[in-house]
Amino acid sequence: MLADKDRIFTNLYGHHDWRLAAARQRGDWSNTKELIAKGRDSIIDEVKKSGLRGRGGAGFPTGLKMSFMPKQPDGKPSFLVVNADEGEPGTCKDRDIMRHDPHKLIEGCLIAGSVMNATATYIYIRGEFYREAEVLDAAVEEAYAAGLLGKNACGSGYDHEVYVHRGAGAYIAGEETGLIESLEGKKAQPRLKPPFPAAVGLYGRPTTVNNVETIAVIPTILRRGSAWFAGFGRPNNTGTKVFCISGHVERPCNVEEEMSVPLRELIERHAGGVRGGWDNLLAIIPGGSSVPMLPKSICNTVLMDFDALRDVKSGLGTAAVIVMDKSTDLIAQIARLARFYAHESCGQCTPCREGTGWMWRVMERIAAGKAELSEVDMLLDVASEIEGHTICAHGDASAWPIQGLMRHFRPMVDKRLLEYTRPAAAE
Amino acid sequence: MTAAVGSSTFAFSPENKAKADKAIAKYPSGRQASAVLALLDFAQRQSGGWLPREAMDYVANYLQMPLIRVYEVATFYSMFNLKPIGKHHVRVCTTTPCQLRGALALVKACETKLGVKLGETTSDGMFTLGEVECLGACVNAPVIQVGDDYFEDVDAAAAARILDSFGQGQWPKPGPQIDRRNSAPVGGATTLKDLIA
Repeated sequence: MLADKDRIFTNLYGHHDWRLAAARQRGDWSNTKELIAKGRDSIIDEVKKSGLRGRGGAGFPTGLKMSFMPKQPDGKPSFLVVNADEGEPGTCKDRDIMRHDPHKLIEGCLIAGSVMNATATYIYIRGEFYREAEVLDAAVEEAYAAGLLGKNACGSGYDHEVYVHRGAGAYIAGEETGLIESLEGKKAQPRLKPPFPAAVGLYGRPTTVNNVETIAVIPTILRRGSAWFAGFGRPNNTGTKVFCISGHVERPCNVEEEMSVPLRELIERHAGGVRGGWDNLLAIIPGGSSVPMLPKSICNTVLMDFDALRDVKSGLGTAAVIVMDKSTDLIAQIARLARFYAHESCGQCTPCREGTGWMWRVMERIAAGKAELSEVDMLLDVASEIEGHTICAHGDASAWPIQGLMRHFRPMVDKRLLEYTRPAAAE
Repeated sequence: MTAAVGSSTFAFSPENKAKADKAIAKYPSGRQASAVLALLDFAQRQSGGWLPREAMDYVANYLQMPLIRVYEVATFYSMFNLKPIGKHHVRVCTTTPCQLRGALALVKACETKLGVKLGETTSDGMFTLGEVECLGACVNAPVIQVGDDYFEDVDAAAAARILDSFGQGQWPKPGPQIDRRNSAPVGGATTLKDLIA
């Protein structure tokens, strides 16, 4: 288990003040000027060596992503955009960072921004997080008042502005190019890539979009060294991570743990175990609603990291663990997720716009038992036709929960359909 | 860009005008459309929780955006209400993590308490009951949002208490409705114990 001295988010639960003075006592903003002075190449190298991978779901190596930004500024603006549109069902970690440790994020914006030669950071926070945005706004103002942001930020000689931008309720604004569109004042409809944001992003300028947690851990990594961070977890899956444990556990919670922690240990140590004991477990969605669920047999031993979960055909995603015990109607729950994806489809690609609604309707019928057996195969066929055939990953994300259900629980699905059709056939 | 032409019976209050100008100043010059979400929010708050067409037209004019671009945005994002709503907008999260912890029973409890179905407004205009997709507070499920605040770890009894309280013109305490500290586990954190003590 991760020791408290190795935890980055020491105010995760808000036992202490979030304001600047208290944040400084926790170590934030202590030698920011020196960290910035290390320079682009040195910082990128350090982040690469730490093994940090994006915490927003895709797990892209952060140092590499930073290096995609133009090396030499051309005198025109470029941007760091922080994705704080936390909306993946099951996920509520960035909320805690923003309301209880906002200065870790803001300091991270300045340092990461300096590496990318960004002129400004926009923190795009979901509209529903109104109180969290209030805290973040106040923390940004404090940082300006203390000379930590703005012209010659922290005395570093580098100018950097940080702005908080509130969204207005759209899951798809969490997709990086949808977020950029939304930031420009449009519908959050994702853009076709390439060009990637590092070349053509916000206002057509070089832009990097990073998750809140990714940016917020960077100052600590630089202070304590890449070797320290890389010392946790397995190779290629390093560091600490805030996990969100929800659903049928005794004590749902957020907790910062070491990467690659066994799933069972994570739940039993921090969330009081599965409701009714481990043997009462039916399935777990290990990384937010988009990743395929895992049956108990896999949950028994699987490790919580990118590679281990990919190897069992699921994913770490946002590390939001949704636990479902044996009382759960899995089919109905996946039907509910299908409804979520249909509701949140932005509507620009036909396979997703039409397909998510169709899959939802079929899933509802299957949940009620009112479908033909052959329709399950048809559903899987349609799911695979949506997956990979849309501009953004929303189509994939809508298909995966259904594919996960059918991969592991097909007999249960078939049984429900047979039980429904049999008496009708006997008439 | 063609300036918008619309009805103009809506205008920002001096306070909202100041906020709007502050919001616009966050973006590079010529990129004022970036402030459309902020301005629509201010307009909605000023109009009693919903966006009449005049308010959208006013925002379009304010930002020199074509009307259709503002309508597109107002209809795309779920936090904008295009019809009048009650004084308190009560939204129950029913996405999977909340549903696993009793969100459907909570919807029923709210419906019974208020005497309306999802999507309806009470006859006295006090409450509009709605459903919302994942609010991002899943370890505190089930969650109800009332206005700008989250009420977390809510059961039927707590929901009734919260709604009663709003009905009496009070402002109940947001956050977890059971004995726990934010997202820490019930019974106390398993980590950071020395730092908390």
